[in-house]
Amino acid sequence: MCLAIPAEVLSIADDGMATVEIGGVRKDISVALVDGVSVGDYVIIHTGFALSKLDPEEAKETLELFAAIAAMGEGQTVQ
Amino acid sequence: MKFIEEFRDGGLARILASKIKAEVHPGRHYHVMEFCGGHTHAIFRYGIPDLLPENVKLIHGPGCPVCVLPMARIDGAVALAKDEGVILCTYGDMLRVPGSGGVSLLRAKADGADVRMVYSCLDCLKIAADNPDRQVVFFAIGFETTTPPTAVVLKQAKAMGLKNFSVFCNHVLTPAAITNILESPEVRKLGTVALDGFIGPAHVSAVIGSRPFEFFAEEYHRPVVIAGFEPLDVMQAVLMLVRQLNDGRAEVENEYTRVVTRDGNLKAQALVAETLELRSSFEWRGLGEVPYSGLRIKADFADFDAEKRFTIETKPVKENKACECGAILRGIKKPTDCKIFGTVCTPESPIGSCMVSSEGACAAYYTFGRFRGAA
Repeated sequence: MCLAIPAEVLSIADDGMATVEIGGVRKDISVALVDGVSVGDYVIIHTGFALSKLDPEEAKETLELFAAIAAMGEGQTVQ
Repeated sequence: MKFIEEFRDGGLARILASKIKAEVHPGRHYHVMEFCGGHTHAIFRYGIPDLLPENVKLIHGPGCPVCVLPMARIDGAVALAKDEGVILCTYGDMLRVPGSGGVSLLRAKADGADVRMVYSCLDCLKIAADNPDRQVVFFAIGFETTTPPTAVVLKQAKAMGLKNFSVFCNHVLTPAAITNILESPEVRKLGTVALDGFIGPAHVSAVIGSRPFEFFAEEYHRPVVIAGFEPLDVMQAVLMLVRQLNDGRAEVENEYTRVVTRDGNLKAQALVAETLELRSSFEWRGLGEVPYSGLRIKADFADFDAEKRFTIETKPVKENKACECGAILRGIKKPTDCKIFGTVCTPESPIGSCMVSSEGACAAYYTFGRFRGAA
């Protein structure tokens, strides 16, 4: 129920709606819950609303952390 | 899809698993509850229990709003659709859930009631505007994630001056349910497992922030790690919890930093506070009455409150005696400990709350894990 997925903002209309793209599919959603959304931002969408912005820098840092753990853990994997 | 597939890498998941295995102390147990149904679903779908050492156990909490909604509320919605002749709109998850006597909204629709599935609650406003001669009711359910959209719709309905639209509000709150799991009288009656820590919800926290969970870390001395819904997020959260428990720490940590902040979405919180208020008590299927765990519509928006516009009867419904959902939701029993699991109670004809949605522990276990251990 609380699933929400990242989508890229393609355009923003005056009425609080925006067009986003998710894996090649376009959808109109509301951005009434999030201030300062710009074209090119990634937002987390849930039941047709943007709930928050996704921070690409933080996503990158989390992935780098995984990569660092992988580098440390090389040679020992669970079968 | 960007920001999804990177967090599903199987090779990395195995390496994280080996880190967890290397860091757990063989002599102790690590009982971790994932509160949220989204995590439960991901855990079974990606086979995460098989990647974890024997002494790390995931306990599946009550964080599926479809599962915990009492049958009496579903009966209320069915009665609105059948007897009052309203156009009843709700999210797809709710349609299949049987009320008492096995009557779901889908069944009511087959019997001629006007039940409509909406993707967004904004769709209800259009339906109301297009059908000025009919009453349109939005059957609203969900945790803090799903509540702000309802708040927006209430405000828009008021701004539009809609006379034929109302909301049957069933929104519930995460922190109240976690408190209940940690200290309700039923816990003492049913017995309890040691819950060592929590995987905190992803998108609930996107709205309310990580701050409300600090209470659990301080008051109950349980670590909480907020995690995204992808398998690597869950594995990393388990590793972070193992490290906290090994160090004797009980802190709120945030694995899902790409979306969750300490304060959450303040705009969404303000909209919810403007339109909705706490109920002194709300019934949860499987947990019973939980104090201050549900929301109702504020007096300023009473014109849009379906519970004021209609007389909605919500007579208590007795659950099947053999159903073990109450114990399963608290981590005291596993789905396979229940006599009716997979026989009488299946996703096609669910008896108990944990089987009614794909995010319930029993349904997830039935779909992805019921032959585990058979090989």
